[in-house]
Amino acid sequence: MNTIWHKLADLDRRWLFALTFLAIGIPLLTGVVLPQKVSPMVVNVFDAIDTLPEGSSILMPLDFDPSAEGELQPMANAFVRHCAEKKHKIYFMTIWPQGVGMIQRQIALLKKEYPDYQYGKDYVNLGYRPGYEGVIKLITSDLPKLYDSDQQGTPVSQIPMMQGIDNIQQLPLIVNVSSGDPGLKQWVQYAATPYDSIEIVGGTTGVQASTLYPYIPNQMIGMLAGIKPAAEYEKVMFEKYPEIEERPESNLAHIFMTSQEVAHFMLIAIIILGNLVMWKTSGQGGRS
Amino acid sequence: MKRLVPIVIASIVGFVLILAKFIPPIQSWEENVVLWFDILAVFAFVLGGGNLILNHLKKISDRQAGWGFSVITLVAFLGTLTVGLLKIGVPPNEKYLDYVWSGDYQAEGSAFWWVFSYVYVPLASTMFATLAFYISSAAFRAFRANNIEASLLLMTALLVLVAQTSSGPMLTDFIPDDSSYAIFKVENIKGMLVNLFNTLGTRAIMIGIALGVVSTSLKVLLGVDQSYLGGD
Repeated sequence: MNTIWHKLADLDRRWLFALTFLAIGIPLLTGVVLPQKVSPMVVNVFDAIDTLPEGSSILMPLDFDPSAEGELQPMANAFVRHCAEKKHKIYFMTIWPQGVGMIQRQIALLKKEYPDYQYGKDYVNLGYRPGYEGVIKLITSDLPKLYDSDQQGTPVSQIPMMQGIDNIQQLPLIVNVSSGDPGLKQWVQYAATPYDSIEIVGGTTGVQASTLYPYIPNQMIGMLAGIKPAAEYEKVMFEKYPEIEERPESNLAHIFMTSQEVAHFMLIAIIILGNLVMWKTSGQGGRS
Repeated sequence: MKRLVPIVIASIVGFVLILAKFIPPIQSWEENVVLWFDILAVFAFVLGGGNLILNHLKKISDRQAGWGFSVITLVAFLGTLTVGLLKIGVPPNEKYLDYVWSGDYQAEGSAFWWVFSYVYVPLASTMFATLAFYISSAAFRAFRANNIEASLLLMTALLVLVAQTSSGPMLTDFIPDDSSYAIFKVENIKGMLVNLFNTLGTRAIMIGIALGVVSTSLKVLLGVDQSYLGGD
């Protein structure tokens, strides 16, 4: 018997690939955005940056690479825009070799949207140092021991915003964006947990999030886990700083989230269909 | 002797670092050792690079299956290394304009930056993005409620998938927040899954791993576990 269920059981997977392409591609190309409902965790992360006095120093390690860029770049953009609106000093660094390129994108954003922000006075790129969590452990007690110069090779003694910075305990907040190990987990374990003076918020990929929830709220204020909280963060930011919304690509997380939303519903439909096919064809020679 | 010396070094360094945590006058020793680790990590890159070259040269010389990919790997590796080390196209640091090599090896406009931006970034993004297609195929063929455990997993996954959308929570918006049925709202069910079940399970695993690390570390420091020295 060759029913429609048997035909579906033998469905060429290229149809599924085409469906996926359309589900993800159409929202991206049309730029449609859906409204977001902000969760309490996102508000906590936003407040951690927003309630700091204007001009506070923020350590921003960007520990991810281009493979996670789609999920993490929008939240990194949002963090940088938020810090710049609050006129916070941003200390960029990374413990991933590929992270240098990710920092460059944020510096390009600052140069484009905040031309008054000056290198060395308002932000600095400390760049990459090898050593994984060893880097974190060392800079919690002695930053210049490892970072004697910035990414461009300028001695830290000649960088105004590095004057008087002996270790990262002097920076009131770490805003980490990471997609794996070493990353947010190590920043919590080696920086935020041993030192009461260090507070941390983070952004991470959805798949990594489940291992990080146990640290909230005692060891970490909160985190953005995936593109949905990033879109919510954008929403909170737009409400407080409406001028950001008018800039091109400032709602990148909203656009990506719409695409992901359609893909999620497509996946749900596919899973239900797959199970229906299994039940209808079980024991009748179907591929299920 | 060949095994005794490394065991003694590992044991002394390990115990000194543990003691340094509790004795303030020697706490700076810990920082120095961490710095040594950072320096050693640099040499690990050199060893890794050398190993990569040797392995792929062997594949090419033996004409093993897929040796053409080894040629591409070596050309890409050596090409990227060369443009990075020689700082090709790198503008000098603004503060040291007389020194042509004083700039950042990955400065915008440099050859290394070009390779990263226009070769590595598109390739890495593409590789990761293709996962979406395989996920949809796997969801249709493999994610099935064959038994009770699989059904529970399936229901959990569907709930989290719905909750991870902006319109998902709207499905249960008719339930008032202050009602006794509020726990059945999509976002609250997801919150319970993440904050209760996931956190409990993850914490149990983490504590188990931590105890295992303590146990293994003690074995290494006391010389009981010598597996890190190799098997000869």
